[in-house]
Amino acid sequence: MLAEALVAQNIAFGIIAAVMIVGAFRVVTSDNVVHAALWLVCVLAGAAAQYLLVYAEFVAITQILVYVGAVMVLFLFGVMLTRARIGSESNLNNKNWALGIPVALALFAAMAIALVGGFKDEYLPGPSKAIRIDTQSISDAIFKPYLLPFWALSFVLLVAVIGAIVLARKD
Amino acid sequence: MLAIDVLLDKIDLTAVLIVLFKVVVVFIIGLVATMFMVWFERKIISGMQNRIGPNKAGPFGILQTLADGIKLFFKEDLLPDRADRFVFRLAPFLAFVPAFLVWSIIPLGGDFTNGKGGAIKIFGRYTLVQLADPPIGVLLLLALSGIAVYGIMLAGWSSGSKYPLLGSVRASAQMVSYEAALGLSIAAVLLVAGTLSTNGIVAVQTSLSKWHVVATGVVPFVIFLIAATAELNRPPFDLVEAEQELVGGFNTEYSSLRFALFFLAEFMNTVTMSAVIVTLFFGGPQPLKFEQGSLHFNGNLHLGVLNGTVWFIAKLFVFLYIYVWFRATLPRLRYDQLMNLGWKVLIPASLGWFMLLAAQRVATDNNWNKWAVSIISIAILGVCGLLLMAATRASAKNREREGAMF
Repeated sequence: MLAEALVAQNIAFGIIAAVMIVGAFRVVTSDNVVHAALWLVCVLAGAAAQYLLVYAEFVAITQILVYVGAVMVLFLFGVMLTRARIGSESNLNNKNWALGIPVALALFAAMAIALVGGFKDEYLPGPSKAIRIDTQSISDAIFKPYLLPFWALSFVLLVAVIGAIVLARKD
Repeated sequence: MLAIDVLLDKIDLTAVLIVLFKVVVVFIIGLVATMFMVWFERKIISGMQNRIGPNKAGPFGILQTLADGIKLFFKEDLLPDRADRFVFRLAPFLAFVPAFLVWSIIPLGGDFTNGKGGAIKIFGRYTLVQLADPPIGVLLLLALSGIAVYGIMLAGWSSGSKYPLLGSVRASAQMVSYEAALGLSIAAVLLVAGTLSTNGIVAVQTSLSKWHVVATGVVPFVIFLIAATAELNRPPFDLVEAEQELVGGFNTEYSSLRFALFFLAEFMNTVTMSAVIVTLFFGGPQPLKFEQGSLHFNGNLHLGVLNGTVWFIAKLFVFLYIYVWFRATLPRLRYDQLMNLGWKVLIPASLGWFMLLAAQRVATDNNWNKWAVSIISIAILGVCGLLLMAATRASAKNREREGAMF
């Protein structure tokens, strides 16, 4: 069992996970909006690196492309357009920040239970019989059995886009 | 995992050394090509403007870039008092490193005849003439161009000065807008090629009619060329550093080595983007073959392993020249024209063309009448285009009534 364990991958997982936790912590404690956004980039890129460790290259690169390359860039763009000051700002914290902690813990517990319950005894195969999740199998999965959830998700995005237009236009 | 190369079937000392050799060669080629590009651009533009251009350092002034580089290296490195120190130092690297990394996935040569798949034999081993051939190749390119935005954006913000911030806000808006059109025109190529790997994309373009510029019907190529120019912030889309308005754009506060990194990144991006165009649309290192009656030419220049590389460089030069030509002749767009072109012309056009190609693909798969499918889809796309035009016209009229600027 131990021989089949992916030692290098596990060590890398630990290091990246530590970086991600520190980054996530700094997102909420940083006293500059742009710095907080950059720490968030760190966390998202770390997630991409974790995907790489489990042989999911396509998911990893999509994570970079969508979250780091598009979402965070727009985020930073919005911040710069409105209130990007250099140096620390004192009024970044909401008064109700303490309420966030139990909510975050509850979300974490829900996700942990779902993940542990869902993948109880499944392990990644060892390096000797490494699986390859190629792009084709992902598209086959999305556009065949998971087509309906995929459509539902795209409708959520469509609603967000239309909502943004309604908010932004003046007439 | 990330690099699939015949060389790596058996990993031993030779393989490691060949990979190291390739890393060094690609690094040096990248730097030299960039230095050359700076000189090339100055020389060609001065020719077009009836000037002499650099002519003092070395033959034809070819060492001018080196002299400029050394000068920049020894200048004082200024750090503005109101700058955000860490981000100010980080930004040039965020611009420079992605520009360099794109080189690693471009096939710089190779032998694609007789199903060799681009592998050549050096030091007794078969290997690809590219640093890495990840199965997600082209997506890596898009991801890197997404990361490059950070360099410009953060440089402007961290300078703690008004004009750089304006420049970087313009830059990020422009680059994000044109990335969509860029991605959609690449999608057309991927649809025809059926693979994401850059080596695979080159391998399917075996003859002139299969070069993607022809196989995808020119439109994606034109859209890609325009969107890539905007992505590079080169004229006519250089509003990012519009000198008259913004002093020098996002890099106003930079000096010395950090400025040199931005400068290098900008020119290296020009070279890599030309290389990407050659790879995606013009067959990369594939030779130009033609058979016209008695006149035929199989593209073999009798150069052995360098055959593909020579073809690649020849094609690369055409696009380098085109970029310089753009810069010397086209006037800069106004900001609203830039945004209109990106959102109202390029994105719908690339999306429509992608749908057309997809319809044709479905028709071939199902043995439908190709012409009927094409005509029906063109008609539908035409109706959609007219609707879009009507919509933008109505919205423009509304805005005019309100007295909005654009």
